[in-house]
Amino acid sequence: MNVPTENHLTEEQLVLYYYSEASETAGVEEHLGACESCRKAYHSLQRVLNSVDSLPVPDLSADYETRLWSALDARLGRRKSFAARWLLWKPLVIAASMAVLIIAAFLTGRTLERPSNQQKSVADSGIRERVLLVAVGDHLERSQMVLVELANAGAPATGHLDISYEQRTAEDLLEANRLYRQTAASAGDFPTATLLEDLERVLLEIAHSPSTVSAKQLEDLRKQIEDKGILFKVKIFGSQVEQREAAPSKAGAASL
Amino acid sequence: MEDTDSVAVARVKAGDGDAYRVLVDRHSRSVFRLAYRMTGNQQDAEDVVQETFMRAYRQLHRWEARSSFSTWLYRIAANYSLDLVRARKRHAETAIDETSANQGAPDDAIHALPASSPGPDRLLFSDQVQKCVASTLEELSQQERTAFVLRHFEGQSIEEISAALGLSANAAKHSIFRAVQKLRRALEPMVSHAL
Repeated sequence: MNVPTENHLTEEQLVLYYYSEASETAGVEEHLGACESCRKAYHSLQRVLNSVDSLPVPDLSADYETRLWSALDARLGRRKSFAARWLLWKPLVIAASMAVLIIAAFLTGRTLERPSNQQKSVADSGIRERVLLVAVGDHLERSQMVLVELANAGAPATGHLDISYEQRTAEDLLEANRLYRQTAASAGDFPTATLLEDLERVLLEIAHSPSTVSAKQLEDLRKQIEDKGILFKVKIFGSQVEQREAAPSKAGAASL
Repeated sequence: MEDTDSVAVARVKAGDGDAYRVLVDRHSRSVFRLAYRMTGNQQDAEDVVQETFMRAYRQLHRWEARSSFSTWLYRIAANYSLDLVRARKRHAETAIDETSANQGAPDDAIHALPASSPGPDRLLFSDQVQKCVASTLEELSQQERTAFVLRHFEGQSIEEISAALGLSANAAKHSIFRAVQKLRRALEPMVSHAL
């Protein structure tokens, strides 16, 4: 049974019907029931679109989600729990507390330091260094994550890369970094103060970058990181700190 | 499902980074399927999945609970896939000569298949159809391809597609129509001969 051509369903109507998006499904069905020509056209469309389904998608391994999460977790940083997040977003508070403790311990040590108390002074100095050691180690670890993230960011396919997260983190780290640098300098720990000074320049660069950077700007940032060798220095320093933390008895003998 | 997505997002926003894993576990395979159909390459698709979840995490504050989390995720994945395909094309165009670059229009895609008939071998025929589908999808415009993949494979409504791609419903609909037309032109001779 054929209906006049001008009343046939259009290809667009058939496509919408196939995808259950037709506004008048009942009308289309009625027409298809009555019009052999449209029915043929629809079956032809069905064959084509059904054949598209033959396009295979590779099977992913059973542990795909686990592998993906490991990769993401490393890139996302340590935003794992409320406590970890708090530590990440409140480095200033931690840094300030540590700095106050260190300065207080330093001043107390100086006040109480007497020739007769030489042994006690050595012990106080060890405690001060250890407190700073732990705090700076933690700070360097957070800084390293930001630097690694930027150093490994792929070329922005859109032409621009959103670095607002790294930027905010760098801003927070910057405040903490200043406090640690000043504390290290006043404690006479110049190697640590110098490293923190270098780190501060790079963090400042990141914090002052636009939140969305072009490929060129990203390259410039990377160059800054590479030129100063800061990532390498931070990694080396971080591992030294870890070693000294593991061997507290030796920490007192070495400069921080 | 979307309710639980909202709950997971709220937990992440409240500082529980581990809650994000729930969303990754729940949506990564479907994002991979979409990405693979968009890029046609497993490695690229896996990169798209990772980048999609990274971007989603960083932009979580932009997601509004009244919209579907998966649709929002698809939007990020589709847009990143488009960028990736575009970048690959630009790279390929500079790497191959102009003649080669001009090959592969929908009609050519059929002719580009082996000239000798594979005979009645069903598997070989299926392989040919798959190749033809893949090459035709590759020749669609980026908008057509995205709209079609979202509609055909992911079952997204035209309304959702228009929201995901920032198009009017009419433009999304016409992108799908044009994609179907091109697929018909390329595939109809093959599938109708097979029956």
